[in-house]
Amino acid sequence: MAQITLDNLAHSYLPNPKGEEDYALKQLDHVWGDGEAYALLGASGCGKSTLLNIISGLLVPSRGRILFGDRDVTREDTVARNIAQVFQFPVVYDTMTVGDNLAFPLRNRGMDAGYIAARVQKIASMIGMEEVLKRKARGLTADAKQKISLGRGMVREDVNAILFDEPLTVIDPHMKWELRTQLKALHNEFGHTMIYVTHDQTEALTFADKVVVMHDGRVVQLGTPEELFDTPEHTFVGYFIGSPGMNLIEAEVSGNIALCAGHKVALGGSYKAPSGRVQIGIRPEFVSLASGDEGLPVTIKRVEDVGRHQILRAEFAGKPVNAILPEGMAVPADANRLKFLPERIGVYADDWRVTPLHAVATPEREAV
Amino acid sequence: MDKVQNNKAWFLVLPVLVLVAFSAVIPLMTVVNYSVQDTFGNNVFFWEGLGWFQEVLTSKQVHSAFGRQLMFSGIILAIQIPLGIAIALCMPKKGFWASVCLVLMALPLLVPWNVVGTIWQILGRADIGLLGYVLDALNINFNYSRNAIHAWIIVVTMDVWHWTSLVALLAYAGLQSIPQAYYQAAKIDQASRWKVFRYIELPKMQGVLLIAILLRFMDSFMIYTEPFVVTGGGPGTATSFLSIDLVKLALGQFDLGPAAAFSIMYFLVILLVSWVFYTVMTNLDKAEGR
Repeated sequence: MAQITLDNLAHSYLPNPKGEEDYALKQLDHVWGDGEAYALLGASGCGKSTLLNIISGLLVPSRGRILFGDRDVTREDTVARNIAQVFQFPVVYDTMTVGDNLAFPLRNRGMDAGYIAARVQKIASMIGMEEVLKRKARGLTADAKQKISLGRGMVREDVNAILFDEPLTVIDPHMKWELRTQLKALHNEFGHTMIYVTHDQTEALTFADKVVVMHDGRVVQLGTPEELFDTPEHTFVGYFIGSPGMNLIEAEVSGNIALCAGHKVALGGSYKAPSGRVQIGIRPEFVSLASGDEGLPVTIKRVEDVGRHQILRAEFAGKPVNAILPEGMAVPADANRLKFLPERIGVYADDWRVTPLHAVATPEREAV
Repeated sequence: MDKVQNNKAWFLVLPVLVLVAFSAVIPLMTVVNYSVQDTFGNNVFFWEGLGWFQEVLTSKQVHSAFGRQLMFSGIILAIQIPLGIAIALCMPKKGFWASVCLVLMALPLLVPWNVVGTIWQILGRADIGLLGYVLDALNINFNYSRNAIHAWIIVVTMDVWHWTSLVALLAYAGLQSIPQAYYQAAKIDQASRWKVFRYIELPKMQGVLLIAILLRFMDSFMIYTEPFVVTGGGPGTATSFLSIDLVKLALGQFDLGPAAAFSIMYFLVILLVSWVFYTVMTNLDKAEGR
């Protein structure tokens, strides 16, 4: 086990990439700490799988280096790297039994038969397949096959890291939760470095200590779930995380006042006039309903009751704005304004967060 | 819901019935007819019962032809299936060269049977054929019209040249349909090249290989034109396969009764063996799933 360093990494699937847009993975410098559990979160096609395949050695990057500890492994193959990876769709060896499937990676490394048998038993009990160990893997259901794939990923104890590429896509919801818990338990027990790719934010936030958000071939933020929630570094993080995502409103910012379509909004800090496309972002959790002439005038479209709270869908200057209201709160008939909590408003220039001139009352962040 | 009863619709099936009758049923019935009758000419036939069948079944000549036929099919399957798989594994997966390979592989399949026979007949001759000439120059006395083993070598080689492509193309199609994830998983699991073949490629090719074996068995069991052109069944009866014997019997000696009985049993053997092949392999498939 070792920490994994990505140094100046970039990858393009084209032989002669010209511009930035030819790269599936743009300039990337990143350190995956030894023994930590990461979630790699992003929309489909943002380069998550590419990054994973580069780490495991299935792909050689167009540029840059990968280090395991101090060892440069950029040109080394998967065998030398000794990494486990679980893919999105189940891969099982049809003609083998379930048990042989689980034992396969160990046998390929020439492990001792007694050790293999013990290890296979342990993994089988973990994925709940002890009864079918002697059965051929062919003809099992998709989620049983995927459990075998997961088991094969976890069977080796000496791996440098375990990579999961959206492994629970084909699994039943209740089993999903259980397997995720198992993975977490496994992580606590053995302390493998784990990287878990997903586009499901709940999955990411429950699995990982640290979440890495990717967008358009770039890492836009690395942080704890709280950091991603409180101070999204990029508008993508804002609206991708949270349900519903962050409200983004076009604005002109000067000092501690934002001007949104002619209406003033107080900010929690003051800013040097940012350049480019400027937006303010506020999470629906920090938006409240008001009447009279305080706040932004909106048209209320509808209220959705989702159980623990209600989601208010409204429109400001033709763009949707959402607010989260407490459970059971009745919307007053004269309500036509939304108020934002000033210290929770973020300012974004060309999609990236702008740091205010003075410290604001938000939690401390770790630098990316 | 009420079903409309209209028995006139049966007339729509009539053209197909007529066609099938003329193309298959009536000729086959003639053969059946011949197989149970005898004649002394003048188009007068009388009932013979199962006599011809008994004669054919006890004929030493038919027995040895049957043995040669089985050996031929066995040899060419044993060569063509592994060779075809090996070629498919070596072919490039995509790009310009993949297309070139596909076209080259398909070429022998497009050559008519008797042309293939002629090509090899000439190729093997020591006086004007390249292969025969080269062997002769190397001091190897190669003569397929005198030496039975040489005759077998040239007939088998010819069949391998003609038909291995079919196996290779089928196997190639099977290989192409394996998702990339399987290879990636195998790399992650640190499987050797042999294990990738044994546990991924071979099981995934099973379906197409079954078809390849069936097609090659049926075709080789019915082979006629090529050995007829190259060796004419000789030397002696060394390469007289079932169909060559049959034609000699039916058209050479004009023994229509025994020839008809022979044909029917020939047909039944092919049907039976193909059915056994198919059932065994599909059952293997199911048994593994359990």
